[in-house]
Amino acid sequence: MLELFEHNLDLIYFLILAAFVGVELIGKVPSVLHTPLMSGANAIHGVVIVGAILVMLNCDPNDTLNLILGFLAVLLGTLNVVGGFVVTDRMLEMFKKKK
Amino acid sequence: MLNLLYLLASLSFIVGIKMLGHPETARKGNLLAAVGMVLAIAGTIFLHPTPVSGMVLALILGALALGTVLGWVAAKRVMMTQMPEMVSLFNGMGGACAALISLIEYHHHVGQAGAMASIVAGLVIGSVSFSGSIIAFAKLNGTLSKTLRLPSYNLINNAFLILTLGLGIALVLNSGTWPTYMLMVLLALALVYGVLFVVPIGGADMPVVISLLNSFTGLAAATGGFLYDNKVMLTGGILVGSAGTILTVAMCKAMNRPLSSVIFGAFGGGGAAASASGTEGNSVKDMSITDLAVLMNYSKKVIIVPGYGLAVAQAQHVIHELEELLESRSVEVKYAIHPVAGRMPGHMNVLLAESNVSYDKLVEMEEVNPEFASTDVVLVVGANDVVNPSAKTDPSSPIYGMPILEVDQAQHIVINKRSMSAGYAGIDNPLFYHPKTSMVFGDAKGVLTKLVAELKQM
Repeated sequence: MLELFEHNLDLIYFLILAAFVGVELIGKVPSVLHTPLMSGANAIHGVVIVGAILVMLNCDPNDTLNLILGFLAVLLGTLNVVGGFVVTDRMLEMFKKKK
Repeated sequence: MLNLLYLLASLSFIVGIKMLGHPETARKGNLLAAVGMVLAIAGTIFLHPTPVSGMVLALILGALALGTVLGWVAAKRVMMTQMPEMVSLFNGMGGACAALISLIEYHHHVGQAGAMASIVAGLVIGSVSFSGSIIAFAKLNGTLSKTLRLPSYNLINNAFLILTLGLGIALVLNSGTWPTYMLMVLLALALVYGVLFVVPIGGADMPVVISLLNSFTGLAAATGGFLYDNKVMLTGGILVGSAGTILTVAMCKAMNRPLSSVIFGAFGGGGAAASASGTEGNSVKDMSITDLAVLMNYSKKVIIVPGYGLAVAQAQHVIHELEELLESRSVEVKYAIHPVAGRMPGHMNVLLAESNVSYDKLVEMEEVNPEFASTDVVLVVGANDVVNPSAKTDPSSPIYGMPILEVDQAQHIVINKRSMSAGYAGIDNPLFYHPKTSMVFGDAKGVLTKLVAELKQM
């Protein structure tokens, strides 16, 4: 088990630093922006789609079952990314100053 | 080259989230993160180091195209009032995506404990996030309106959690040598746990749950980053995981409810029943729309307290009309926005902004509270819990301690509601029986439309 950690030290450093960056970024956000921020973050975790694409790229073209599952994964990931960013944009569009 | 693109994308996520935190830069931040995402996706496909069969490439591009069209149309069509459930649905898709990746990769990494840990964690977290988000979606759009609570649900939930985690750890320790059906059992357990996790949680706490599930999906994405040693998945996933957790805590703070009581001690039936019977027998005062029109017409200062009822009735445009009409008769009009008005923090601001209400007319709670004393009429439209004085006076109330809008300081309080039913938190509101309070029953849009018509005739 300890070996596992030792082999992945770089990743663990990365994880700790990224976690702190996330905490710092959200520090003082006005409550007005909580919903758009959550929605924007929702779109960003759609980056999981990169994994789905990698699965497909590494998939044996004759492995029908996994191709179907991979296709579904890419489709769902795209929905997460596109839907997430577009919804967030629609919310933020309304904060434009109207004079 | 590909890694450079990933670096750029990661940076765009970090800066994008930062910019999303300020009203002036928020929209650009969202766009920046979206550009980063496109770079990451395009790079992954077109800069793949090994040759790819044309059929697979066509499938990938096909799924991307289909998802883009469906996601775009859904996001453009959804009404602003339904935004929270839409976010929840998209979040569930991300969770399902992570779970599917794990299902496929399980067989490719037999004997590798590290990869197996990422795969199993991705499967469990992704599935919980998926089924939980779907339940949250169904609850918010009203398909699942009852809060189901099994007897001793905390015990059952925890048993399921332990079972799921136990099986997951066992699968990792055996490094994928167990038969496939054990993985399916784990998948089923995680899906059921997601349902059990969200089902007992009260509607008022749903934004907190969505925010929490959002950070879960972030973690699920990060497990994929571990599996492929992919930095952009790691950055995106962990950023959302940690930022989402902090956001969840911030939302809990705005409602003055500790996270633990959101998850474990959902709004109690006992306390609600007790306070409901306590005010029984008190009578409420009815007011006609004509009387309200007269009252408002001769006021100096009116504060409107909008709530979710206004949003469901799609009355945000009529209320803006009312505001303009009153202003043209030199009545000062402001909107008092409680931090959790609507279904999510900031939701009400979005809705009112949609109907062109000027940003500086929306006053936040701390600023507006001292103003009520000098206000002639407070018009509460479809809000309830955020003006409930029990939050200040009744320690046995489930919302005790939540900061509220102190509308009882005003000269007249007029409350528009559809019926006498309790608010979202399911508790009675003594404000309705206050001597200064009058009630105008009816759907917010109908009442306000009539009110505007009456005012125009004066």
